[in-house]
Amino acid sequence: MLKQCEGSHAVAVAVAMSRPEVICAYPISPQTHIVEGLGEMVKSGALAHCEFINVESEFAALSVAIGASAAGARAYTATASQGLLFMAEAVYNASGLGLPIVMTVANRSIGAPINIWNDHTDSMSMRDAGWLQIFAETNQEALDLHIQAFRLAEELSLPVMVCMDGFILTHAYERVDIPDQAQVDRYLPPYEPRQVLDPKAPVTIGAMVGPEAFTEVRYLAHAKQMQALDLIPQIAEEFKQVFGRDSGGLIKTYRLDDAETIVIALGSVLGTIKDTVDDLRAQGIKIGVLGITSYRPFPITAIRDATANASRIVVIEKCFAVGIGGIVSRDVRSAVRNRPQPVLTVVAGLGGRAITKASLNKLLLEAIADKLELLTFLDLDWGIVNRVLDREKKQRRSGPVAEGILRDIGTVASHIA
Amino acid sequence: MEQTIVKFYQTGTFTVGNRLLAPEQRSVQANTQRSNSLNSGHRACQGCGEALGARYAIDAAMQATNGQLIAANATGCLEVFSTPYPETSWQMPWIHSLFGNTAAVATGIAAAMRVKGRSDVRVVAQGGDGGTTDIGFGCLSGMFERNDDVLYICYDNEAYMNTGVQRSSATPPAARTATTMPVGPHPGNVFGQGKNVPQIAMAHEIPYVATATVADLRDLEYKVKKAMSIHGARYIHIFVPCPLGWGAASHDTIRLARLAVESGVFPVFEAERGEVTGVVKIRRRVPIEDYLKPQRRFAHLFGKNPDLKTIARLQARADRNIRRFGLLA
Repeated sequence: MLKQCEGSHAVAVAVAMSRPEVICAYPISPQTHIVEGLGEMVKSGALAHCEFINVESEFAALSVAIGASAAGARAYTATASQGLLFMAEAVYNASGLGLPIVMTVANRSIGAPINIWNDHTDSMSMRDAGWLQIFAETNQEALDLHIQAFRLAEELSLPVMVCMDGFILTHAYERVDIPDQAQVDRYLPPYEPRQVLDPKAPVTIGAMVGPEAFTEVRYLAHAKQMQALDLIPQIAEEFKQVFGRDSGGLIKTYRLDDAETIVIALGSVLGTIKDTVDDLRAQGIKIGVLGITSYRPFPITAIRDATANASRIVVIEKCFAVGIGGIVSRDVRSAVRNRPQPVLTVVAGLGGRAITKASLNKLLLEAIADKLELLTFLDLDWGIVNRVLDREKKQRRSGPVAEGILRDIGTVASHIA
Repeated sequence: MEQTIVKFYQTGTFTVGNRLLAPEQRSVQANTQRSNSLNSGHRACQGCGEALGARYAIDAAMQATNGQLIAANATGCLEVFSTPYPETSWQMPWIHSLFGNTAAVATGIAAAMRVKGRSDVRVVAQGGDGGTTDIGFGCLSGMFERNDDVLYICYDNEAYMNTGVQRSSATPPAARTATTMPVGPHPGNVFGQGKNVPQIAMAHEIPYVATATVADLRDLEYKVKKAMSIHGARYIHIFVPCPLGWGAASHDTIRLARLAVESGVFPVFEAERGEVTGVVKIRRRVPIEDYLKPQRRFAHLFGKNPDLKTIARLQARADRNIRRFGLLA
């Protein structure tokens, strides 16, 4: 059924159709609308056989999900930003215990300075936590990926993080195709746990493992993610058979044939990038796009194969590792190792800064002309940066950096002083 | 001949007394059919109060629930000495997740049981004082506030014993720990800090709050069984001396727990919906020195120049408990 709705609503519907049994909710923007929607469905009875628990923190949200999942219930929660960091200990714990929890991360930056807008810093901080991480490009894909996520999680007995751009997707109204419950039921069988807390067959879960076996336990976590590299395309294919549309998979490619320049990115920005690439193609420039849907496991072979004939790769990422540079691009570099093609890092869209077609167009033309540095910050205002650096040189007590910047550019802070 | 009223007291585990009682009145531990949920062979220290308290508490809860019980356990001594893989002492479904999230994990288990219609399966969460009064306190308060159907048991040995005896918010004033050393002008832990979690639990007005000690295991069993007869959030705070952390003899564990009660240091009571409904009276009041002296963590208060001022302050705290809870017969 086609419906014009908010991205968060589409996700709430997808989660509800996946028949979750325990949902834990703690408010943090921009994921709030998802759990609000689910809470209403549970309270009204529209979503039956489901416990909706308002908890006191994100740490508790995921911990309740851990308990519920270990007791054999299909468990779901959603978070973002600081919330993901606050539950970090439980994030590692859920994957270490092998509990197939599904969690939406409505991607948002991490403070300080506090900032509620979109980038990928939050989920990237958990990229090594043992969860599968899949990124939605559109609201339709966000809806579809949640249904796939439960399948994936439960087949592997691993938690899955569905990442969708905060505000850009969560709060955007667009048309989505909402599936029938019967379709979802056909695609997603009831949860059959590999391990469960059951008085009839008591098990000890989560006991200590020493040096004699810890490496093997960790390796097995990796081996499972490697299995996911096969499973993800498989369940995407089955999804297509049941729902009649392409969604998910490891990567998606756009106009890659004969592309000399390949732009790689994750999430909603792929839309703007594709539009820009269309314009460049119209000018006869051989350029294409590769979107990474599965960031963990990282599809090394798929990316290596898809980029084999490119002369250069430009990775546009909404995150960066302070002190070194790109995060996604480093992974891409490991995929194309031993090849001469440069992998250029472009950090863009931090804290919700718009990534415009105009900026992308200029950037990509520079890349094609081989004028792009190895690490570029898209639309970085050097004037602001240099004024701060200058001030810090002159003044010991230069004050909070963010306040200084805002004073310079003359917004709210300048009026307070 | 003048008649004298003789009062008999029974002490310890009442094992002798059991023989004189009707079968249904006998203690859970006296029953050969007890579940032995925390089985022998674990790695607790000799004289461990926590191992003793946990064995009685969990077996009582198992009996009360007809074996339909799941436990969530905080990181800590109890978790460590009862496990490492491939060995486990737990003859029941048991999960350890983290140090500070045990109450929330238990909430999740209870939610799963509710949604699956397994109202017969009950949930117990357990941890030490660090996992309860400090790092797990947020999740604990949340579980209380939502009135989730969980019995949370805190085994209070008054410091972080598993990591090497560091101070917790349950460490008493003046006590030596690895982070409150008996040095400087105010040796040991400070006065005026710490928190009383049984009373904080009562402030949540949850259905049932109780304190107990390993000196009165019959009372402990009674309280656990009573807690399991009630639904909603319940809290039992069990005083469990730690020979290692307190610098006490292994054979003094039960004696120290009894002295803590009889000196007024640890009030034993139960409360429903925030109101105290019963206290265990002090049979034979003892001065605080009797409780402090067998413990090396208080040794700096004694010796050639006893710290009478600090001892008096500790006595005043005990006296306040006695007044507040009406502990004298």
